Amino acid sequence: MVEHVEKHSPLGGFAARLAAATRASGGAVRLAELPFLTQVNVRLDAKGPAADAVRLALGIPLPVAPNTMVRGGGLAALWLGPDEWLVVGPPGTASGLEARLRGAVGGTHAAVTDVSAQRTALLVAGPRSRDLLAHGTSLDLHPRSFGPGRCAQTLLARAQVVLAARDERRPGFWLLVRSSFAGYLAEWLLDAAVEYAEPPS
Amino acid sequence: MLLIPCPWCGPRDEAEFGYGGQAHVPYPQDPAALSDREWARYLFFRDNPKGPHAERWCHSAGCRRWFNAVRNTATNEVLAVYRVGEPRPVTG
Repeated sequence: MVEHVEKHSPLGGFAARLAAATRASGGAVRLAELPFLTQVNVRLDAKGPAADAVRLALGIPLPVAPNTMVRGGGLAALWLGPDEWLVVGPPGTASGLEARLRGAVGGTHAAVTDVSAQRTALLVAGPRSRDLLAHGTSLDLHPRSFGPGRCAQTLLARAQVVLAARDERRPGFWLLVRSSFAGYLAEWLLDAAVEYAEPPS
Repeated sequence: MLLIPCPWCGPRDEAEFGYGGQAHVPYPQDPAALSDREWARYLFFRDNPKGPHAERWCHSAGCRRWFNAVRNTATNEVLAVYRVGEPRPVTG
């Protein structure tokens, strides 16, 4: 017997509460889950031929500067380490993206791993999003030091996250958090966002 | 909290790092040739200076790379950080 397996996102049950916190803040903070993003971990020698092949296959280079992100063609490549990147794409494209990357690196000493189920993504945006995140991280999130194109692996409220700044004029961040920590982090964000709720009139 | 400058990621909270003990402790060339006393000395004996100490750290919550740092054990001041394989820089 084949059972139909439904896909659940780690924060599926939080959608209404995240939306309510967004409404309560009057737009000061926007919280939402971005479920099922495609995430592929790539490890290779940044100076080797595989890096060039990946650049041609994706249309964007793998960034070599620490804590930076390159976006283009619906994809984002985040620096995770001197030989490690996370390529993020739209939902449902994991097998195609993995195959493209595998084809590009060929037989070189490299690893391409689909890690889409490892983390889920949260959108934290709005004019007070920086203040909200500052409750839980000591990173300087001012656009002067953490502007568009910046990303970082760090601890937010003691949970390991990948933080990326959206390349728009208004402040906003993506937060990639491990599925098993997502519920905790969502609860923490909702609690921290209470401060930015507008007083009832 | 200590602010430790990761050679890749820049200054980060101490909580993101793991400590790896004294740096520059070479594995014996021919371990089988060592006496028990020499082997025990390699395994268990480490410097315990009051002052600059070269030690290994791992940025476990960040880039997950190991690196070396010279830390003043009396003041917790991080005098230098350098990547694995690089020689210990001269610190004042």
